[in-house]
Amino acid sequence: MNDFLSLFSLPFMQRALVAALLTGLAAPAIGTFLVQRRLALLGDGIGHVAVTGVAIGLLTGASPTWTAVVVAVLGAVLIEVIRERGHTNGDVALALLFYGGLAGGVLITGIAGQGAARLQEYLFGSLTSISAGDVWFTFGLTVVLLVTTLGLLPQLFAVASDPEFARVAGLRVRAYNLLIAVLAAVTVTVAMRTVGLLLVSALMVVPVATAQQLARSFRTTLTGAMVVGVLAALGGLLLSAALSFRATVAPGPTIVLLALAMFASTWPIGVWLRRRRRLLSPFPAVESTSHTVTDEHPHEHGQACGHPAVPHEDHVDYVHDGHRHAVHGEHYDEH
Amino acid sequence: MSVTPDAPAPVVVRGGSVAIGGRPILRGIDLTVEPGEFLALLGANGSGKSTLVRAITGLLPMAAGSVSLFGTAYADFRDWHRIGFVPQRSTASSGVPSTVWEVVASGRITRRRPFLPLSREDRQAIADAIDVVGLGDRASIGISQLSGGQQQRALIARALAGQPDLLVLDEPAAGVDLANQQALADALGVLKARGATIVLVAHELGPMEPLIDRAVVMRDGRVAYSGPALGARDGHDHHHAEGSTHDHVPHVGSPFDGLGGGR
Ligand SMILES: Nc1ncnc2c1ncn2[C@@H]1O[C@H](COP(=O)(O)OP(=O)(O)OP(=O)(O)O)[C@@H](O)[C@H]1O
Ligand SMILES: [Mg+2]
Ligand SMILES: [Zn+2]
Ligand SMILES: [Zn+2]
Ligand SMILES: [Zn+2]
Ligand SMILES: [Zn+2]
Repeated sequence: MNDFLSLFSLPFMQRALVAALLTGLAAPAIGTFLVQRRLALLGDGIGHVAVTGVAIGLLTGASPTWTAVVVAVLGAVLIEVIRERGHTNGDVALALLFYGGLAGGVLITGIAGQGAARLQEYLFGSLTSISAGDVWFTFGLTVVLLVTTLGLLPQLFAVASDPEFARVAGLRVRAYNLLIAVLAAVTVTVAMRTVGLLLVSALMVVPVATAQQLARSFRTTLTGAMVVGVLAALGGLLLSAALSFRATVAPGPTIVLLALAMFASTWPIGVWLRRRRRLLSPFPAVESTSHTVTDEHPHEHGQACGHPAVPHEDHVDYVHDGHRHAVHGEHYDEH
Repeated sequence: MSVTPDAPAPVVVRGGSVAIGGRPILRGIDLTVEPGEFLALLGANGSGKSTLVRAITGLLPMAAGSVSLFGTAYADFRDWHRIGFVPQRSTASSGVPSTVWEVVASGRITRRRPFLPLSREDRQAIADAIDVVGLGDRASIGISQLSGGQQQRALIARALAGQPDLLVLDEPAAGVDLANQQALADALGVLKARGATIVLVAHELGPMEPLIDRAVVMRDGRVAYSGPALGARDGHDHHHAEGSTHDHVPHVGSPFDGLGGGR
């Protein structure tokens, strides 16, 4: 335990925690818009393309972070253009790009004479490889990302939820779509050091899916996803650090598994919540056509009788066994 | 906005032609909508009503001819807040739940500046728009939990939230029950009284009929009639069974479209 606490005093661990916090905020923020547009796998595609970017950095001796940013942004723009233009077989074109990116990355890394271990750091995250410069870089990009996504939230929401309406409202839909793609690319490179390129997309999507279980508005989904993202990123990082006394554990998989565990635990709650909401939403106010009285009623309905009391015009109906019973004087009416 | 006699016409289409995938759909459309006018656009399925509306709102490019809005050529038009649009089928995809309020609020986007929060005026306009379509008690409910007709009403509220001077509605009443059609007609009546110009695509005018100033009937991509509304039997024999819901899905190259023996 003392070993674990002393981890916090290690500079590389502090840097990793800051990076994880920023990643946990940024990835779900942009991920919400991707899920909204049903592009949940876009982050995955960009991640694969970015592998080539990292490899180019390793080959040329330039900073892999910067080459990854450049290649990821180019890849994101290309994916967006293919998506917009290619009505037919857009997904096949995307798949080609994904595999090309991954294969190219592995090949170029080999040519560069760097081992698989070096690439692995970028594919699944690595605690120890984060430099102070990386933290500043991550910080800067995260601020840009959050200011843009939250500041342009109404515009991005309008574009993502109904592109045609947004166009008639005078928004430059193509520009906003490109912006989302570029921001997603930036997020991928931000998250590269903590979750790794191959699992980035999970941190963009799983927190959103988790938040959706409990939220019913876009805004609460977005904030909930960011909370889940931060918890998963920090928790997963600490978990992997704790485990690393016994085995080599990359932070990426633990972060993602933790996020998935949060999804799995909210899922039943979500099912229950949705059922409850449906059950308790008011009955429409329609004039009743007849007056049907129940037979002898076995018990008296009330606040604590255990039957859902659903609002109906100026009274409540007690729901049980497919009936809606409303108090009427000494008896119950079927509503 | 009050109507001044020499205000520019909200919509002017001159010699408008539209082709989709190289196939001519609209040919030689001349249409002027006067300020404050309530225009009904009628015609059989596939006659080009939605296509014309989409050309007017700039969603489809013109192959020939020109569109101008409020006296400004389309290419130079920037006053988007003056236009409200209710699409026939929403292109909305909802991977994330959103509430009725959020959807309606997105219609206010035409009057908002980036990075600034909603003003009181914005909130008031959004609340009014939701009330007008009678969804006041459901504002915080997820839009996907509403029935089809209620969703349609939410989309109408979205267009109203921007307080437009020109409202273009593509079959807003499809799937909406009679009581709510009446409510919609009342709301459009109020807008008309305020001086708004309305272009309405419809198959049945229903409770809106008394509001209509002029009917334009489309046939096979051309304007076949323009003048006073003819009442129930207007230029096409397309009638719904009472109470049935009916999707007007555009179809490509239907053999019964009356294209003549050209193929
Ligand atoms: N995306 C498209 N691709 C190809 N053809 C199209 C497309 N949209 C419409 N069309 C064609 O354009 C013609 C006019 O369609 P439009 O949607 O304007 O009809 P409409 O008058 O609105 O019909 P409805 O009453 O069914 O809404 C139809 O013949 C249709 O086949
Ligand atoms: Mg149509
Ligand atoms: Zn009871
Ligand atoms: Zn009742
Ligand atoms: Zn009972
Ligand atoms: Zn009774």
